Amino acid sequence: MSQMSSTQHTQPPILEVKNLETSFKTRHGWFKAVDDVSISLYPGRTLCVVGESGSGKSVMSRSILQIVDAPGKITGGEILLHTDFGDGAGHSTVNMIGMDPRGKQVRAIRGDDIAMIFQEPMSSLSPVHRIGDQIGETLRIHMGMSKKEAIARSVELLRMVEIPNPEEAVKRYPYEFSGGMRQRAMIAMALSCNPKVLIADEPTTALDVTIQAEILELMRSLQKAHNMAILFITHDMGVVAEIADDVAVMRHGKVVEKGDVYSVFASPQHDYTKSLLHAATQCEGPSDRRLAMRERRPLGDPILEAVALRKEYVITPAGFRREAKTLLAVKDANLQLRDGENIGIVGESGSGKTTLARCIQRIHSVSSGAVLYTDRQGNTRDLAPLTKPDLKEPWRDMRIIFQDPFGSLNPRMTVGQIIAEPLMNHGLGTPVEQRARVAELLDLVGLPGSAAERYPHAFSGGQRQRISIARAIAPNPRIIIADEATSALDVSLRTQIMDLLLELQEKLGLSYLFISHDVGLVRYFCDRVVVMYKGQIMEEGETEDVCTNPQHPYTQSLLSAVPIADPTMRASKTRTRYVEG
Amino acid sequence: MLGYIVRRIIWSIPFFFAASVLAYIIIQAPPGDYVTSLAARMVSEGNDMDPSRIEALRIRFGLDDPHPVQYFRWITGAIQGDFGQSYEWDRPVSELIGQRMALSVILAFSTMLFTWAVALPFGIFSAVRKYTMGDYIITFIGFIGLATPNFLIALVLMYIGVVHFGSDVTGLFSSEYVNADWSFAKMLDLLKHMIIPVVIIGTSSTASLIRIMRANLLDELQKPYVVTARAKGLSETKLLLKYPVRLALNPFVSTLGWAFPQIISGSTIVAVVLSLPTADPLMLDALLTQDMYLAGAFILLLSALSIVGMLVSDILLALVDPRIRYR
Repeated sequence: MSQMSSTQHTQPPILEVKNLETSFKTRHGWFKAVDDVSISLYPGRTLCVVGESGSGKSVMSRSILQIVDAPGKITGGEILLHTDFGDGAGHSTVNMIGMDPRGKQVRAIRGDDIAMIFQEPMSSLSPVHRIGDQIGETLRIHMGMSKKEAIARSVELLRMVEIPNPEEAVKRYPYEFSGGMRQRAMIAMALSCNPKVLIADEPTTALDVTIQAEILELMRSLQKAHNMAILFITHDMGVVAEIADDVAVMRHGKVVEKGDVYSVFASPQHDYTKSLLHAATQCEGPSDRRLAMRERRPLGDPILEAVALRKEYVITPAGFRREAKTLLAVKDANLQLRDGENIGIVGESGSGKTTLARCIQRIHSVSSGAVLYTDRQGNTRDLAPLTKPDLKEPWRDMRIIFQDPFGSLNPRMTVGQIIAEPLMNHGLGTPVEQRARVAELLDLVGLPGSAAERYPHAFSGGQRQRISIARAIAPNPRIIIADEATSALDVSLRTQIMDLLLELQEKLGLSYLFISHDVGLVRYFCDRVVVMYKGQIMEEGETEDVCTNPQHPYTQSLLSAVPIADPTMRASKTRTRYVEG
Repeated sequence: MLGYIVRRIIWSIPFFFAASVLAYIIIQAPPGDYVTSLAARMVSEGNDMDPSRIEALRIRFGLDDPHPVQYFRWITGAIQGDFGQSYEWDRPVSELIGQRMALSVILAFSTMLFTWAVALPFGIFSAVRKYTMGDYIITFIGFIGLATPNFLIALVLMYIGVVHFGSDVTGLFSSEYVNADWSFAKMLDLLKHMIIPVVIIGTSSTASLIRIMRANLLDELQKPYVVTARAKGLSETKLLLKYPVRLALNPFVSTLGWAFPQIISGSTIVAVVLSLPTADPLMLDALLTQDMYLAGAFILLLSALSIVGMLVSDILLALVDPRIRYR
């Protein structure tokens, strides 16, 4: 473990967590989710706790406020909160452990001395209470303000977090805000009582990168203004590099490494930290495997082409003396996928990237334009006007992998049945042949043959995604559409899955349409990239060209918002905002 | 919001029209009409009716007019409170129903209050203390309440009342008050008599409401906004009532719509068993004896109450849940 450079800590810590242990009661006894964790928070500094899902980082942060959910219990350690009475009149230290989690003492600390913000800005706010009411509540609890005073102060707070027209915004409901605005409102709520410590549990994970960059910037400036200590929970090394002063790496409930951000990134001590950093930096350049593969086998002729593809949704149909209200989801998109090529479609949520892919696959109908597909025999057909029965063959050649490894597998079917399903649907082979094919496919995606008899719940997220891949390649397709196929996975798993996809590409001669909001993944995986914004393709080109020398202002702003996993780059980076017009 | 309410009210007009047409068709569906059945009755009583008199009656009642005209006459009457004449009772339908409706409304309203007053706290307790002894006891009682038909409970309570307490639990008034004018003493008497019917009628809905409340609240308690509220420093009770309970109540508001037609038809069997002077037994009678104007009035009332109930619950839902207004 590297020593913390104590010279930077000019002030004593405000919050010390010592040997914290939080356990969950299971049928097999107590499971330690947080195991002997010690961290310290200093005024004006940000400690990033980084780790993958299940590392206990979230439980740890909740333990501080004693809001761990039911079967969880703090079973040991100390949480020391040092508060001073201002003007140097002296200070007191309280140990928060031992306080009744429902009692007055700890409630007086929650929201007042220590405030918290959460990942899901939608569900973390009550949908039926006004923003002003929810922010003002904290003020009324801790500062004894009247309803009117609280609302007036809420307006100021909303202004502080740069929400436009705050007088109106206090009267709004959360669902009337965008994700980024909601997270700003959450921050306003958390900061209402000038807390000394702010705990942020993955506050930007659910947001688009450009919004994430704005929120991080906001948090930094507010920290400076209020001299707050921030405990920032994240799984993203890029975000750590952007915002952290100190880093603690958690794995299996333990802190495996801690230190200041520069030394941890420059010389990681623990193997796990190294692997996390490796996984993060890997995505900042192309995959070597891919480049080598292209050397061996150059790209072939175009096999799938979208020509001026347009998709309009009718919101309200045309009526008497009224024109139909429509939403243009994809505006005249042109795309060309060559044999053996990987094309990335990158864009933020709502940019139309998934719709474009669904139109190309012809799961959605197409408003206008053509989808030209060249089959194995070299015959080119336009899929756009075809109907279901005629699409059966192209559909066999074009398979999809979805984002959610939990929702996309039927929990009541065995893995063998799941993988064999497309074979059965297309009437490929006898049951015996299908079983043999399933075994072969499982082997291809790196799962044991015994997996066929088991149900999806027995597998982890990464393994489930392998099952999805096996299902996709079962009917021997030529094109795979991977719709955020790695987004729900931990960083270290993402590259594994992408490497698997590349391996399959080499073995089976596949081409990929890779949809992602993450520029890093696209850079690693794709030969060419298409950047979408509001249904329109803004820029298209070789991935490396687009990433290193973006032409369109939108691409520039998107790339400038992507966090880079190198804290020394912080100062040299300038972020641009894209303004339409 | 105002626009939403106005829109909903305007929309309910065609619904009401459709329902009234249906009610009219049901009245007209059986062969013959009021005069033919009157004539048949006279014949069966041994009094022959003069064909010219029959014809005169038909003209007087306008029974030869085309259906739209008859419908229009009937519906304009109904809107003004004149539902026609009951054959069976030989009195105006409005008079027959009017007496009983008031009691029906009082009974239904009391039952609903009882149901909510019992079900909500127990449902909340059951959810918050999930898988504890208290939850198991409430769940057990709830299932028994759901599984027992309420007329059976009525019979059992009647038996207990008569055998062990020597008191008659049927009816809504003691004999000395039945025909008396309204007074404070009569009100008290009514309240006393209402307890048993209210408990009987309310049992199964209370039981199901406890289960619904428990399930709703268990869903809501998992939501992140509960953690947010806790992290603000709210006390558990305040937090519970302000956030998850508030959201768990939304589905209840939408069930209010169904409660309205229940005023007439919700407790028919119990009302018959306990011989309650409410509208339910009268409706049953009207249907059994094909007393068409009376039955038609009930059908019309039932549909009107359903429509009004849905309207009220929609408006209430929009009031409690702002998300509805914007969809």
